[in-house]
Amino acid sequence: MTAETQPRGRKPRRLTASRIGIYAFLVLAAAFFLLPFYVMIVTSFKTMPEIQQGNIFGLPTDFTLKPWSTAWAHACTGVNCEGIRVGVLNSFEIMIPAATLSILLGAINGYALSFWRPRGGNLIFAVLLLGAFIPYQVYLYPLVRMLSKVSLYNTLPGIITVHVIFGLPVMTLLFRNYYVAVPVDLFKAARIDGGGFWTIFFQLMIPMSGPILVVAAILQVTGIWNDFLFGLIFAGRDHLPMTVELNNIVNTTTGTKAYNVNMAATILTALVPLIVYFVSGRWFVRGIAAGAVKG
Amino acid sequence: MKPLRLRRLSAQVALVPTWIIVIFAYIGTILWTIRISFTSSGILPKYDFVGFKQYDRLFQSSRWTISVENLAIFGLIFVIGCLVLGFLMAVFLDQRIKGEGIFRTIFLYPYAMSFIVTGLVWAWILNPTLGIQQAVQNWGWNGFTFDWLSRGDRAIYLVGFAGMWQSAGLVMAILLAGLRGVDEDIWKAARVDGIPPWRVYLSIVIPMLSSMFVTAVVLLAIAVVKVYDIVVAMTGGGPGISTEVPAKFVIDYLFNRQNIALATAAASVMFVAVLVVLGPWLYNQYFRQDRRAS
Repeated sequence: MTAETQPRGRKPRRLTASRIGIYAFLVLAAAFFLLPFYVMIVTSFKTMPEIQQGNIFGLPTDFTLKPWSTAWAHACTGVNCEGIRVGVLNSFEIMIPAATLSILLGAINGYALSFWRPRGGNLIFAVLLLGAFIPYQVYLYPLVRMLSKVSLYNTLPGIITVHVIFGLPVMTLLFRNYYVAVPVDLFKAARIDGGGFWTIFFQLMIPMSGPILVVAAILQVTGIWNDFLFGLIFAGRDHLPMTVELNNIVNTTTGTKAYNVNMAATILTALVPLIVYFVSGRWFVRGIAAGAVKG
Repeated sequence: MKPLRLRRLSAQVALVPTWIIVIFAYIGTILWTIRISFTSSGILPKYDFVGFKQYDRLFQSSRWTISVENLAIFGLIFVIGCLVLGFLMAVFLDQRIKGEGIFRTIFLYPYAMSFIVTGLVWAWILNPTLGIQQAVQNWGWNGFTFDWLSRGDRAIYLVGFAGMWQSAGLVMAILLAGLRGVDEDIWKAARVDGIPPWRVYLSIVIPMLSSMFVTAVVLLAIAVVKVYDIVVAMTGGGPGISTEVPAKFVIDYLFNRQNIALATAAASVMFVAVLVVLGPWLYNQYFRQDRRAS
């Protein structure tokens, strides 16, 4: 799917009533989509007494930064009161190796499947394709048992393994479809020059894969960062990712809820994928389209 | 050159990790899950055989039937909401407007955020005592009430609504790309013939985009079946069990209520349901035509 950049709708006429209507709709829609972000931000700078007065949409009158420092370093997840910063570190520790490994494995798979046509390749492809759509609940229990058999359950390598396993279908699909579009003659020329499986992969295919590597990185970085379920089940208490810690902070506190701290922590958790989104811009759209739509 | 069999050996070796994953993590786990669903396992797995007893229990359980009902309600609101809002946004964005990039960015940014974040934010805005209800009352409309999030019969609608807020931008992005692919001549011809634009959209453009609508629906449907995070973050399944969903049912019975046979029976039902719906689509999409051409 290619997203063209030039609008090609009807020619606009002067500022007619319908033009005003179009802009009115767009501005209203934009307000609707921005509202939660606005509420998050203003709430995170309010004091609790001000929040209790109940003007959720108002700007902070007693502007304070304290909720942010509390969210970062002192908020409690059940018994631990070390803030969200532990989760940040955990999320990076999980995300970086998991994204790297799944991208590499996906690239190897896509390359092997599209050029070498190994025996059973179609079967692998079919199972992965189907596997990508099946609810994770079907895999979970046996996977927990298997991982504890090899002492990986509740460990960092364990949660990384799980992300690699479930990232594999989309990554394989992505790279397979990218390499299918590469002219076979190029591959054949490299074969005649005596290139073997790995030589061609590292010296020809990977250097050619820039755009698809970016797309894969966007998909995996945001996907793994935003994961909740796998982190909850497989990460173990010492490696809980940020999403799980955030939910623990917000939803298990007893006593009065510190809404300002909760919102600051929520923004902090959303920050990495939002930065990826804003920095990668159109690549992000291409990424989700490629990853989700056709692979 | 080396003989063919040898040449392909390294390709086979390179696929060994994937074979292991496919055999153990995908095929093996599915079979294992189905196997356990026919046992009387509780906290620990037992490998006896009790037939469809767990499935009977499952469908007798009000918690499960409520979960399935909620999934349907959530799914309808989420899918229809995303399609309608996403389509409208795409159409309006396609009118050569100023600042298109900014609008596009605003419409899609929620999709970058997790369902956990989405759920928590909307739970805060919809908070029955401090959220919208209180704000509107402060503005002077004292009788205003909006406490759906604390009402067992309404909370699931709000979960669907929050989900729609997160994912509508995705539909917008997909359909906008589709609209950009519509031939300019169609618009010229329609203008010459004096056909109003809404008729062109209804009768020509929407049918032209049908494959993109199908894609969007499939993507949204997958998200519906998997829905878990947003419920946990927004309502925790409550009030009571009024916003439970199947995915949460399985996790709860696996890890908190220690009834793995019942949980795997529920998971198996989800598996079969998805297979029945998605199988034909997948076959059509990837295996019917020449695969190189896809």
